[in-house]
Amino acid sequence: MELVCPAGNLPSLKAAVDNGADAVYIGFRDETNARHFAGLNFNNKQIEQGLDYARTRGTKVYVAINTYPQPDCFAKWETAVDQAAEYGVDALIVADIGVMDYASEKWPELRLHLSVQASATSHEAVRFYAEQFGVQRAVTPRVLSVKQVASLVDHSPIPIEVFGFGSLCVMVEGRCYLSSYVTGKGPNTFGACSPASFVRWSETDSKLETRLNGVLIDRVNKDENAGYPTICKGRFRVNGRTSYAIEEPTSLNTLPILPDLLRIGVAAIKIEGRQRSPAYVAKVTRVLRAAIDSCLSDPDNFLPDHAWLSELTSLSEGLQTTLGAYQREWQ
Amino acid sequence: MSAASTSTRVRLSLGPIQYHWPKEKMLDFYRAIEATPVDIVYLGETVCSKRRSFRHQDWIEVAERLQAAGKEVVLSTLALLEADSELGYVRKLCNNGKFTIEANDMSAVQMLAGKTHFIGGASLNIYNPRTLSKLSGLGMTRWVMPVELSKSVLAGFQKEMPAEIESEVFGWGRLPLAYSARCYTARAHQVSKDDCANCCIEYPDGLMLSTREDESFLVINGIQTQSARVHCLVHELHDSAAGPDILRISPQSEDTERVISLFHQARSGSRKADEAAHKLERCAPVGLCDGYWHGEAGMAACGRAGGP
Repeated sequence: MELVCPAGNLPSLKAAVDNGADAVYIGFRDETNARHFAGLNFNNKQIEQGLDYARTRGTKVYVAINTYPQPDCFAKWETAVDQAAEYGVDALIVADIGVMDYASEKWPELRLHLSVQASATSHEAVRFYAEQFGVQRAVTPRVLSVKQVASLVDHSPIPIEVFGFGSLCVMVEGRCYLSSYVTGKGPNTFGACSPASFVRWSETDSKLETRLNGVLIDRVNKDENAGYPTICKGRFRVNGRTSYAIEEPTSLNTLPILPDLLRIGVAAIKIEGRQRSPAYVAKVTRVLRAAIDSCLSDPDNFLPDHAWLSELTSLSEGLQTTLGAYQREWQ
Repeated sequence: MSAASTSTRVRLSLGPIQYHWPKEKMLDFYRAIEATPVDIVYLGETVCSKRRSFRHQDWIEVAERLQAAGKEVVLSTLALLEADSELGYVRKLCNNGKFTIEANDMSAVQMLAGKTHFIGGASLNIYNPRTLSKLSGLGMTRWVMPVELSKSVLAGFQKEMPAEIESEVFGWGRLPLAYSARCYTARAHQVSKDDCANCCIEYPDGLMLSTREDESFLVINGIQTQSARVHCLVHELHDSAAGPDILRISPQSEDTERVISLFHQARSGSRKADEAAHKLERCAPVGLCDGYWHGEAGMAACGRAGGP
């Protein structure tokens, strides 16, 4: 079971490699990837340095080109594919059919992984990409229960990668327009959810309000922590009750079900978080590395170490974690 | 420009019912639709497989009646597939042998590709002409543009797309904005999806989600999240080669026939679009929006759609 770790910059890439990542995934410094944040991602020189650092230590490098180009800008995604191919990266992580069509035609030897942004949740959907473009691995959206992942792995023509830790999209990735509905910019087209330029924090007498393009996402007491105003993690009124109507600020953590994921044949575990700091990447990678190694050596008696769990919780949104859709009760 | 654009008028379609209604209400609804001027009717459960007011045979019977009434009938598939049983039902729909399928997920595309022609639904993520051409080569004859894309994006497509492909645009209704494994209606009832008891049937137009300052913001519809505002493109019915070939009207529990009638009047020229928009505002309790069409935030009302 491969451990795939995020790197938003060179120090994070080094942190992931040094702490036991089998592969790191990165993006270019533009909207061709789904973490298009100011100051994040790699220019050409940094990619060369990152590739060199990872390769000499036996770690693979994947490049995410996983947003959806529109008619007037398709060439930019072609350029991204060409650049990644010319660097000889180990795989592209792609979501758009047009981009896959281009990549598989121009660079037939280049390995393609289906991004979570392609929203493939069934073996038939995965088969489409495998047959049409020779895709060799698929990352599944965070919507399937463990049993459903098992069935997918059983019937899929290619290996399956799942999310193991990090911020939790509760909507099917690649099909969520909440951010673009409020701001005009969303993950599919712009490569970012709830972009920072639309965020406003304002104080009233006793409260702190967070807004996204004017829409009130949450209001907390000044002594509480105010989370980043991602729409799905806000507090709203439904049927007269104010609550986290969609999801609480929380992070996905699969340590408790690691033996299940191993047993059902999941090929790779992905850590979310290219927007996170090198220190975060180092800590999460180290914990997941230790947990996977322990699980691989004795899956029947694996129990997550208390210190691992508390370290991951301390790094989580809202300082809490969930198994998300893997656990049916969550749904 | 697509071939169909050379005909003189935009066709009107009725999208699938996105909500959970009782069987009798659905039967009454489609009986009434037979007499309306919509050209195309999309039928089927696209949101949640636990909603079973209609069995497969009920859908086929309604489809046959609507076809006999002169409508083009299309069967729409579920947008989010999780269980093997759901995949099985999509396969059954794809093999129905009589009605065209709107594929709302790549699983359905895989089942149909190269075998029979199909329509690509709005949740397929067709964002550029290369994607569209690829799917066209596999048998797609019509595509529904993702709701977050704009008029200028459609124009960009029309410069490059195969001539025989028809373009359909979401023209009226609460916008489908997201799908999840979690049922938010059940969550509002403080139970999990497995224990939902089909509580969404209590909300024939979904369940309003408001901000803490009482702005009507989103609508919860089971595992789907919609806009609270109604997306309205009644101004796009003019005969233009550059616009969509088909405008989709999404059913609501009341006033759907009135909406169809106003859209039809606007397209036939018997009522000015501004005047129709004004009347349509009364069919949208928390106001209209059209931001996506104009390349802005989806919730914005920036065209001539009226709005909040």
